[in-house]
Amino acid sequence: MTNLIFTNARLIDPEAGSDALGWLHVADGRILASGDGPAPEADAQVIDCGGQCLAPGIVDIGVKVCEPGERHKESYKSAGLAAAAGGVTTMVTRPDTLPAIDTPETLEFVTRRAQADTPVNVLTMAALTKGRDGREMTEIGFLMDAGAVAFTDCDHVVTDTKVFSRALTYARACGALVIAHPQDPGLSHGAAATSGKFAALRGLPAVSPMAERMGLDRDIALLEMTGAAYHADQITTARALPALERAKRNGLDITAGTSIHHLTLNELDVADYRTFFKVKPPLRSEDDRKAVIEAVRSGLIDTISSMHTPQDEESKRLPFEEAASGAVALETLLPAALRLYHADQLDLPTLFRAMTLNPAKRLGLDCGRLSAGAPADLVLFDPDVPFVLDRFTLKSKSQNTPFDGQRMQGKVAATYVAGKEIFRRS
Amino acid sequence: MRFAHRHLLGIEHLSQSDITAILDLAEKYVDLNRQSAKHSDVLAGLTQINMFFENSTRTQASFELAGKRLGADVMNMAMQASSIKKGETLIDTAMTLNAMHPDLLVVRHPHSGAVDLLAQKVNCAVLNAGDGRHEHPTQALLDALTIRRAKGRLHRLNVAICGDVAHSRVARSNLILLGKMENRIRLIGPPTLVPAQFAEFGAEIYDDMTEGLRDVDVVMMLRLQKERMDGGFIPSEREYYHRYGLDAAKLALAKPDAIVMHPGPMNRGVEIDGTLADDINRSVIQEQVEMGVAVRMAAMELLARNLKEEA
Repeated sequence: MTNLIFTNARLIDPEAGSDALGWLHVADGRILASGDGPAPEADAQVIDCGGQCLAPGIVDIGVKVCEPGERHKESYKSAGLAAAAGGVTTMVTRPDTLPAIDTPETLEFVTRRAQADTPVNVLTMAALTKGRDGREMTEIGFLMDAGAVAFTDCDHVVTDTKVFSRALTYARACGALVIAHPQDPGLSHGAAATSGKFAALRGLPAVSPMAERMGLDRDIALLEMTGAAYHADQITTARALPALERAKRNGLDITAGTSIHHLTLNELDVADYRTFFKVKPPLRSEDDRKAVIEAVRSGLIDTISSMHTPQDEESKRLPFEEAASGAVALETLLPAALRLYHADQLDLPTLFRAMTLNPAKRLGLDCGRLSAGAPADLVLFDPDVPFVLDRFTLKSKSQNTPFDGQRMQGKVAATYVAGKEIFRRS
Repeated sequence: MRFAHRHLLGIEHLSQSDITAILDLAEKYVDLNRQSAKHSDVLAGLTQINMFFENSTRTQASFELAGKRLGADVMNMAMQASSIKKGETLIDTAMTLNAMHPDLLVVRHPHSGAVDLLAQKVNCAVLNAGDGRHEHPTQALLDALTIRRAKGRLHRLNVAICGDVAHSRVARSNLILLGKMENRIRLIGPPTLVPAQFAEFGAEIYDDMTEGLRDVDVVMMLRLQKERMDGGFIPSEREYYHRYGLDAAKLALAKPDAIVMHPGPMNRGVEIDGTLADDINRSVIQEQVEMGVAVRMAAMELLARNLKEEA
């Protein structure tokens, strides 16, 4: 079986909050021990990391793989390769496929496809309501038996509060985690940008950032009513943060994530209607971006995810209002996150806490950490190596990345799942 | 003078001297257009295609006439009736047209940014004839020419832009142009139609028309865009007319020689009193139409000069 010792590694341990040189011993797919000083003698293959960073593999909640329905945009195979190249060792996939993953049968199909074609761990989420149309809850119990790790209608807001409160109540009884998109659907209807000077200048239909807070406020009230376990998929505005902070302080079972794009880009990046920068919710102001970075630093926002959303050229080569939302990010998540590290905004343990430890904890997984006994899901990367991103080198079937042509710093050198090397940059 | 732009997509990209150059050249065409023989050959041999993805009578006619008077071969395509209905994308349409080797493409589209997108894909000069709520540069230029001729200058004027600013590309282009030429701009209308963000462009915002019109030199009315009203911006047209419609009483608050403008088509009795609109002492609405042809001739000539240099 696999028996490895990583030596001369800069260990990024999100649990201990440490970033120090040391060694890490892996046996039988799990982490056996780690420490500083000289590595122990053992009958193991020694991997000299040459001072590169060794961190837990990324646990990415909210990856869209377009099976079933739109395999030409992304298949499990292509997504798996992209994830491996990006240091993502656990993909938690979204149910907003065609059709939606809302029955145990569809979920089993997806699980089978994922196991056959991907080198990384794949966990699937299921829809909260049938067809994601907000009317009837799905078979939450059966879906959990089939392996669903969370329930979400993705960017569809369950507008009927009675339906949503019942689904939350039922989910609580099943011990299921509900992930929602905090947004007031009326206010944000038809919006392609965040209201402000930029949207006014470009003449784009826009939504006030307040819509996010309104959606979150509503969901928090329903949590007080139902006691369910809840995760907000993307908190992207400063205005929503005090409400989140209060809800946590009041002891509600609530966590929140944000997307790498909202952490590293702002509304001005849309420039002359560049549709690769159209995401949902729309990119925000620089003030919001800074507030969200600070919330990740303080731990108020728990997780960072790629919100990987493949779109083909045809859905993006349209006038901005008509173009599809979303960006691919499995491979750019880490280099983009490292921008925050190089800008001295977040240190590496904090970044990895949000990308590995916290998402794993929220889903009850034992990965995402470097402690003894955890699965040896690891990413080895050089945080400093500079490159210019060429989107056509991405392994995703769709190459709709906003970072095309941009200077980035930091590349994955190798990725390990359960101690097995699944990717090495040649 | 060299006009350093390949396309005319918006006022945003133009400098003060670009704007002045277009207006100065347009003055010559105003004179030409008033003669009985209104023909020039500066666009002879060039092909101009007018692509309107949104209904238009006035702008399309103005561009068509401008092209014909300059000797171009002009073709009109009513896009809302054709390929879009068959599912063709904007880019495919552009590529198809591009293969026909037009020199000047005049485009109107219901979505903001669509004309920019199209301009990236074709080899000819593109003129924006209005894209969504974004820009309508030739309208702002013709308004500027009208103001300059009526007031003798295009700076240090108090200009009120009144009505449905939120949905108006005319308002955006005018706001940018008049700002670049160093005028004071007031935006007047109900807050649902004049969003507060416009203050960041340096405009003063008024929701009381009687206050806003005080001592202005130019009153620019906007059309209430009923087709873009997807619900509930104003309670009713009659209340709108009462509070924000321009009539003689409200106009009396402006400077005694203030001019009244409207990009047309007008909703008489909704945003402007019919008698006032026809008052030749105050209203320059007909002159705006006349300036429209001249400005479009000037813009096309400047873009065509660049095409000839490239060739």
